Amino acid sequence: MTKTVTDVVCPFCGTLCDDLEVAVTDDGKQILDVYNACAIGAEKFLHSQAKDRITRPRFQQPDGTWKETSYDEAADYTAKMLAGAKKPLMYGWSSTNCEAQSMGHEIAEMCGACVDNTAAVCHGTTLIAVQDIGLPTCTLGEVKNRADTIIFWGCNPCHAHPRHMSRYSIFPRGFFTGKGHKSRKLVVVDPRVTDTAKMADIHLQVTQGQDYELLNAFRVAFKGEWLPDVVAGIPKEKIIEAANIMKAGRFGIIFFGMGVTQSLGKNHNIDEAIAVTKDLNEYTKFSIMPMRGHYNVTGSGEVLAWQFGYPYSVDLTRGFPRYNPGDTSSIDLLTRGEIDAAFVIGSDPGAHFPISAVKKIAQVNSVCIDPHITPTSGVSKLHVPVAFVGVETGGNAYRMDNVPIDCRKVVEPPEGMLTDEEFLTMVRDRVKKLKGVA
Amino acid sequence: MAEYIIKNGFVFDPVQGIKGDKSDVAIKDGKIVSDVSKSAKVIDAAGKTVMAGAVEIHAHIAGPKVNLGRIYRPEDKLFTCTATKGIERTGSGNSIPSTFKTGYEYAKMGYTTAMEAAMPPMFSRHVHEEIRDTPIIDEGAFPVFGNNWFVMEYLKNNEVENTAAYIAWLLRATKGYAVKVVNPGGTEAWGWGLNCLSIHDPVPYFDITPAEIVKGLIEANEYLGLPHSMHIHPNNLGNPGCYQTTLDTLNLADGYKAKNKFGREQVMHITHMQFHSYGGENWGNFESKATEIMNFVNSHKNLTMDTGNVTLDETTTMTADGPFEHHLTGLNHLKWANCDVELETAAGVVPYIYSPDIKVCAIQWSIGLELALLAKDPMRCFITTDHPNAGPFTRYPRVFKWLMSEKARNERLNTFKNADKVIAASTLGSIDREITLYELAQMTRAGPAKSLGLANICGGLKPGMDADVAVYDFNPDKPLADPEMIETAFSRAAFVFKSGVQVVTHGDIVNTGHKRTLWVDAKVKDNPQVMRDIKEKFLKYYSMTQANYEALGHHFVPNPFALEVDATQA
Amino acid sequence: METVTITMKNPPVLYLEAEHVCPDEFAGKTAAQIAELHVYEGNTKSTLGKYFEVSGNAGATAAETKIVVKGDVKRVKYLGMKMSAGEVVVEGSTDLYAGAWMSGGKMTVKGDIQAFAATGMKGGELIIEGNAGNYLGAAYRGDWRGMSGGKILVKGNAGSDVGMYMTGGEMVINGDVDVHLATHAEGGKIIVKGNAPSKVAGQMVEGDIIIFGTIDVMMPGFKYVDDVDLEIEGTTAKFAHYIGDTGERHKKRKGQMVYGNLYQKI
Ligand code: SF4
Ligand SMILES: [Zn+2]
Repeated sequence: MTKTVTDVVCPFCGTLCDDLEVAVTDDGKQILDVYNACAIGAEKFLHSQAKDRITRPRFQQPDGTWKETSYDEAADYTAKMLAGAKKPLMYGWSSTNCEAQSMGHEIAEMCGACVDNTAAVCHGTTLIAVQDIGLPTCTLGEVKNRADTIIFWGCNPCHAHPRHMSRYSIFPRGFFTGKGHKSRKLVVVDPRVTDTAKMADIHLQVTQGQDYELLNAFRVAFKGEWLPDVVAGIPKEKIIEAANIMKAGRFGIIFFGMGVTQSLGKNHNIDEAIAVTKDLNEYTKFSIMPMRGHYNVTGSGEVLAWQFGYPYSVDLTRGFPRYNPGDTSSIDLLTRGEIDAAFVIGSDPGAHFPISAVKKIAQVNSVCIDPHITPTSGVSKLHVPVAFVGVETGGNAYRMDNVPIDCRKVVEPPEGMLTDEEFLTMVRDRVKKLKGVA
Repeated sequence: MAEYIIKNGFVFDPVQGIKGDKSDVAIKDGKIVSDVSKSAKVIDAAGKTVMAGAVEIHAHIAGPKVNLGRIYRPEDKLFTCTATKGIERTGSGNSIPSTFKTGYEYAKMGYTTAMEAAMPPMFSRHVHEEIRDTPIIDEGAFPVFGNNWFVMEYLKNNEVENTAAYIAWLLRATKGYAVKVVNPGGTEAWGWGLNCLSIHDPVPYFDITPAEIVKGLIEANEYLGLPHSMHIHPNNLGNPGCYQTTLDTLNLADGYKAKNKFGREQVMHITHMQFHSYGGENWGNFESKATEIMNFVNSHKNLTMDTGNVTLDETTTMTADGPFEHHLTGLNHLKWANCDVELETAAGVVPYIYSPDIKVCAIQWSIGLELALLAKDPMRCFITTDHPNAGPFTRYPRVFKWLMSEKARNERLNTFKNADKVIAASTLGSIDREITLYELAQMTRAGPAKSLGLANICGGLKPGMDADVAVYDFNPDKPLADPEMIETAFSRAAFVFKSGVQVVTHGDIVNTGHKRTLWVDAKVKDNPQVMRDIKEKFLKYYSMTQANYEALGHHFVPNPFALEVDATQA
Repeated sequence: METVTITMKNPPVLYLEAEHVCPDEFAGKTAAQIAELHVYEGNTKSTLGKYFEVSGNAGATAAETKIVVKGDVKRVKYLGMKMSAGEVVVEGSTDLYAGAWMSGGKMTVKGDIQAFAATGMKGGELIIEGNAGNYLGAAYRGDWRGMSGGKILVKGNAGSDVGMYMTGGEMVINGDVDVHLATHAEGGKIIVKGNAPSKVAGQMVEGDIIIFGTIDVMMPGFKYVDDVDLEIEGTTAKFAHYIGDTGERHKKRKGQMVYGNLYQKI
């Protein structure tokens, strides 16, 4: 016999689909099948079922082999490492729930640590831009119900956010968009001919690294000012045509991704894209939204902000929060040699940071909390496997449009395994003792 | 639980009519009692002022737009964050404090209850996570209804009972406290970049007007008999000449009588009236219409209001009035954030500097004070700054100073850069009234508590009420040497008790108490049609499932306190 | 003017935060008192004297105090931060936030400086004899009020994001700058003797930018107006005059639209 868990939330990408159905065995121990998810989402659930999963913490030995240990000893080591360091970095947080993030922040505050999330390598530049000029945005249901002009800029949802287009942006029939994709115009801006670009009504093949110029050209075009014949590889006529499409719609939105947040111009690209959006509100209704990657990177930013005031790269070394990417951001901290201990949770900097930064993690005392074996766990002194959030435990997460959705527990974790929050609570209690906090 | 006796203070309690008599306040098991045992801990309040814990009726302190403000204003925190200290977590933010700082600052000023004034229902989990992380104070949150598709569709057909059933469902789903209305219809129009600037502007596609939404929500609110009344931010906020729209809105309450078991008498609460009391046709001849507004409010007992005092600070404006914030960014060119929320509402955020050197800002400052000083019934006019819109709530003690000391406010008024023009634009300079401590207790304690339907719980010192008590280093018997003493005393209370727990001693946090989340559990007759409508809207138009929308578990609201309402016989 | 010399003796293992190395903080203090001022290495608070040898007493006021910083301070942040008067001379290179939020006095760095120097500068003079990093004279994150007064001279090159949100004051860079010069500027003047690769003066509202060298890619929002003769720091030459950013909002003054000016030497 099997039972089906409904309204399951997918803990993979920032689309945070919440309509999954998961068939589990009657004893609630095993996942049999996953419905409604895309392939990568389903894989996340099924992966948790791997038979060879690591279920206990392990220390890396000098010879590179691993020795199993208890959660108690792992918590001792972690607490001592964090409490003893002058400037520990606590990085990741994007693939865990808000409850674990909150517990981690308490530890960070007591230890005088730097806390950072994966925005550091994806949409941190977006956050900087938002701080510079604001953000006219909306929830994804607004897009579904109203949007007739969709722009994908430097992102490829077909691959990175597979159900985005069917749930929210291109295909759904909403209140004012009864004809579904027939009621929408799609513009794609990307130097590459991606699968998303192939679906576009207009594909602007911008010269790599010149998004800022192209965005500026749109603003110039809106105002009817003089333009050079070609900007960023796009003829003036095509720019004006696209500008007119944007102005003519009733409700438009720009979705953008790492193709524009991490290419030359970085935060300024987004700054100018937001300015484009703001300008368009003089003619019609327009919004803009970052395609956030990890399912709860947005939540990490939210919790950091309401507790400390900043959405990422928060330096608590002096007992109060400070923030300035370039100084307090993880890659800078690592490559500049600013930190003396590394704690990683819910992300894999080993795979996404530059080599020089990863080497630093390998040099200092380091702990990696992750259900999987990852490049980061491979360079860490201690690897603490934990239950999968959104599969084996619930907890709150924030979708790319900041909508909070409480994840669901679908199955039991393997016998004796702890969740992120449980393990962090053990660490918190130990740090309290070490620091003499009542 | 500990017993306390606060001895020999000058007690001001409008609930019992005590006007500064020297007397004792006894606390036992979290409540005010008439007597305690000999072992009760004595708090010496001789020479000090004793009041109930203050009640904040309208502030933006938790939720998505507040946090967007935090996220996008690092400069609001630069050099002013406070380090971890004892049991106090680190604090950050001037106009938009972190959750920790919000709780501590309110408590240190003697506030023990606060209402988050605009909760986008779809984001209720976020609002509650922040409330959970705001220490000490009891909090409730008002979900917004004035641009909600269900409400507009039901009220278009005059379906008050269905509207009420939907309100009851939403209050339960979001653990909400009251029916909030922001720019009725105008925010839905903003979905298309439009607005409703008068109460008769039709809402695009919904075939209804703001006036009809407002009247319908009053009726639904009274049908349910909720603790608080419909709480409104009217149309046309912040524009020269907007007072006419405000009077039109106030008139909509005409003929309605409050129906509830909580002792509430009003059917409409108008918030941040300062932003709605403007005359003139443009910023050049901008002037106060506080007299016209207060004449109306004074003569209509079924209204309550709060002021929205401008504090002359750099701050962050934030409101569910999306089109207004877009308008504002066009005026000051500062960064603009906006978020439209499917089927429900929107919100905008723009930083703002109320400069004493700018005539309009100084007139706005005058209007806020004028409103409070022209109020005939302090039990119906409450002091707010619409935090952080007209200024941060941490400036309340300064506002009290201006209200309580003619000298202090005239000093400010007469030294504005454009003093002559500012003075000419309102009647403030000719008002000599000074708010008394008793009136202050009415405007910040008993009044807002009654308006919120909490009259039996907080805002007073009557035995049986929650032991929320604030003791200030302020001796009303001594002549006031310097008005600054008012600001100093009310900035940092000597002692504060929250539900009988001593949380503040000499301005320091000594205990984080056990804060509660206040919400309203309204029971209505089974209403299959509304339940069907809800199901259908989730299937077709929402971007999340109904089950996930309704999921708001214990980890969001660890210490709930439900006010129960039974409308099944209505 | 009294001179206090601080010499690095025990370099930090990590980085040192030394915002008290500033004439305003030293003023009125003896060498011994100065050695007691706080510094931070990560979360660990200690004293200036633990890292530096301090000699000489400060003057009575900031204006009468000169600080000379010797030894390797490449891992020291915040030197001269918030100084309002007096003088700071760093004999070598230093790290982030040199002269940040300074409002007066004079700071000279003989070597290189890293990012965020002169953040939100209001007045005074900052001279960098080597190279400057990113965000020189820029606004702090989120602030729309960047450098509003004072003078900066960089003898070498400067990084990206120089003069972001600048509203006043003057900057001269003898070498090259990286991308995003004077983004969002709303006043002030920047002279670059070398080259600026691209994204020059994007979203500029007002102010003057003078480039002697090349610009690889001009912003589309800059429109050629005419050629003008300008005398810049003693050199007279012909410059192509562009106005912009035409995509950005602009004020009107006396009925005339006010643009940012970009001059490039022909
Ligand atoms: S689109 Fe993203 S959230 Fe949705 S099922 Fe796929 S991986 Fe999961
Ligand atoms: Zn408000």
